[in-house]
Amino acid sequence: MQQNSIWQFFASIRLALVTIFLIAITSIIGTIIPQKKSLLFYQEQYGPKIAQLFEILDIPDMYGSWWFVLLLFLLSFNLVICSIDRFPAVWKIMQSDGLSFSFDRIKRMSFTHEWQVSGERSSVISELLPRLTQSGWTVRRQDTDDGTLLFSQRGVFTRAGVYIVHTSILVIFLGAIIGSLMGFKGSIYIKELDSTSRINLFSSDQSVDLGFEVSCQSFTMEFYDNGAPKEYTSHLKVIENQQVVKEQHIEVNSPLKHRGITFYQSSYQPFEEFLISIENLNSGDKKELITRFQTQEYWDEENITIGIINARARGRSIVTSKIWLKKDDQKPVTFWLDDGQQINVPELNNNYQISVKQRYATGLQVAKDPGVWWVYIGCALMMVGLYIAFFMSHRRIWLQVSEQDGSVSVLLAGSTNKNKPGFEKQFQTLIESLNPEST
Amino acid sequence: MVKEISFLLFQILLVVTCCGFAAYLISFISPKKGLKNVARTLLFVSWILQTLYIVSRYYLAGYTPITTHHEAVFFFAWSMTTAYLSFRWRHTVKNFGMFVSGLVLVLLLVAAFSPREIIPLEPALQSGWLPIHAGFSLLAYAFLGLAFCGGLMYLLQERELKSKRLGYFFSRLPSLEALDQLMTYCLALGFSFLCLGMITGIIWSKQAWGTYWRWQPKEVMTLIIWFVYLIQVHQRFTVGWRGRRAAMMALVGFGIVIVTLWRVVA
Repeated sequence: MQQNSIWQFFASIRLALVTIFLIAITSIIGTIIPQKKSLLFYQEQYGPKIAQLFEILDIPDMYGSWWFVLLLFLLSFNLVICSIDRFPAVWKIMQSDGLSFSFDRIKRMSFTHEWQVSGERSSVISELLPRLTQSGWTVRRQDTDDGTLLFSQRGVFTRAGVYIVHTSILVIFLGAIIGSLMGFKGSIYIKELDSTSRINLFSSDQSVDLGFEVSCQSFTMEFYDNGAPKEYTSHLKVIENQQVVKEQHIEVNSPLKHRGITFYQSSYQPFEEFLISIENLNSGDKKELITRFQTQEYWDEENITIGIINARARGRSIVTSKIWLKKDDQKPVTFWLDDGQQINVPELNNNYQISVKQRYATGLQVAKDPGVWWVYIGCALMMVGLYIAFFMSHRRIWLQVSEQDGSVSVLLAGSTNKNKPGFEKQFQTLIESLNPEST
Repeated sequence: MVKEISFLLFQILLVVTCCGFAAYLISFISPKKGLKNVARTLLFVSWILQTLYIVSRYYLAGYTPITTHHEAVFFFAWSMTTAYLSFRWRHTVKNFGMFVSGLVLVLLLVAAFSPREIIPLEPALQSGWLPIHAGFSLLAYAFLGLAFCGGLMYLLQERELKSKRLGYFFSRLPSLEALDQLMTYCLALGFSFLCLGMITGIIWSKQAWGTYWRWQPKEVMTLIIWFVYLIQVHQRFTVGWRGRRAAMMALVGFGIVIVTLWRVVA
């Protein structure tokens, strides 16, 4: 094992504590200074000098800055070196045979109890053995001329608990690295009745090709009675080679997954465009038209001209719109229609059903993250590791039975690497069961 | 109908908790065995009523009532009562019930004065992870809060013992050993719930936003809290810290929790 000072530096617990402390303290910066704003924002808020300093130190995106990532890397490196440094010694303890311990060493254990019994050594042992087994200790024995040594241990593997925790942290980091190298995060806006196959990445100005097309059939918002949003729903279709391979309504909290890429409902945008749908109730023919404000659209087969000549809006959302409609050479009709409302047009003998809806674009977050299972496995591993490391311990007991001047002397010794108070109780119960006279 | 029952439940449980605290207080000032049993029974009845209130509100709202200020504070009070009863069931700590019932009463009063109307869930919160994540987190804070109370009593009692003049508190406070046991128990469970709360939060965030960790202020502060308690659990269970230093850490840890809940989450 290398024992030079550089190695010791990276293997030290002090480095781990300092790094964790630095990560904790510096990460507060990002909670105080707003993240990922424009340079202008920082100049206005903090003045040009400090804004420049922020730029140099990557403060506007501090969790992705070189020095923050370096701290995380330092922590991982420290974990690896520290584990390599310490594990061999721990492994040696895990492999060590309690039967090979000398009498003096056993006598110096932190928990001991000695008593005398009359009788023979073998009969004493055959009396004590079942009680040990009853208490759940699986015993191995060694007979020598001086006496008999019984040894038993529980939870040897718990010594490795802390290394399971170390590994779990590395696995989580590995998952994050896999995710950021082999995956991507981005967003798209798709207008209703539109489709796209490219998304804009968050990390750069580039866009990426999905390898398939996603189309938005519709976007709807529902509201509670008090006006608060209840649900945003997008009706999405996945299209490969002109074939619809998947169709799903997505909401916040229930995304669409396709080929390892996940689409999350995240926002929306209203447009000054309208979706008109007309149906001829006699023939069942339908037509979907996309139109702008005050523009004429045509349904040639039915010889219909239609347009929107007026609209009322609340904010950027259209509430009602006024339709202008002309069929053949009849007199044009105009009427008001609520957004999304469906009516029959009386002037056309109720033959036509018509509805108008403002056109929205659904805003989707798109992420491909092949590292996600690594992260989850890492989390599970961490829970298991923490439990083993903190709440379980390696407990060992020895029972030395030796004959001296016609009587038999028994020495019970025990040791634990953690939770002494817990073991003390267990040891006391063991004494009471082996040597009832002690109480 | 359920609405009226729910309202009535709240009023009744407020009165019951108040009586429970009064009984604890009287038996604290002039120790009487019988009164203490009455106090304990009242606190237990209060817990049952609290549970029923949560159930009634679940029925009314259609989701686990844990999102509005009233609901969150109430759930915290319930968690604290639960944490205390779960400990009391196995061990005894003298007069601890007075401190806990007092704290629960304060929380219930806060809940009583915040608007009780049911506000429907915004889309981001409509997930099965909401009750699991928020439940684990609030339970964690309740247990860590009890550890804080234990730490406070520990320091008080220790000062009393060190001054060698056994004063008013000595006979009324639990033994140092019992308090240490309380802190160990609450820290172990509180930290476990904290881990579960964080992991379920990570999974939920991934499902709703596509990112498990967004470095939001809330997330950063939770991470710091987790670090603080990680060190604490390590010192207590592996290194074997007991006594004064461990009690101080319990105080510092929960101090940060309070600051976070107050500054960031609320």
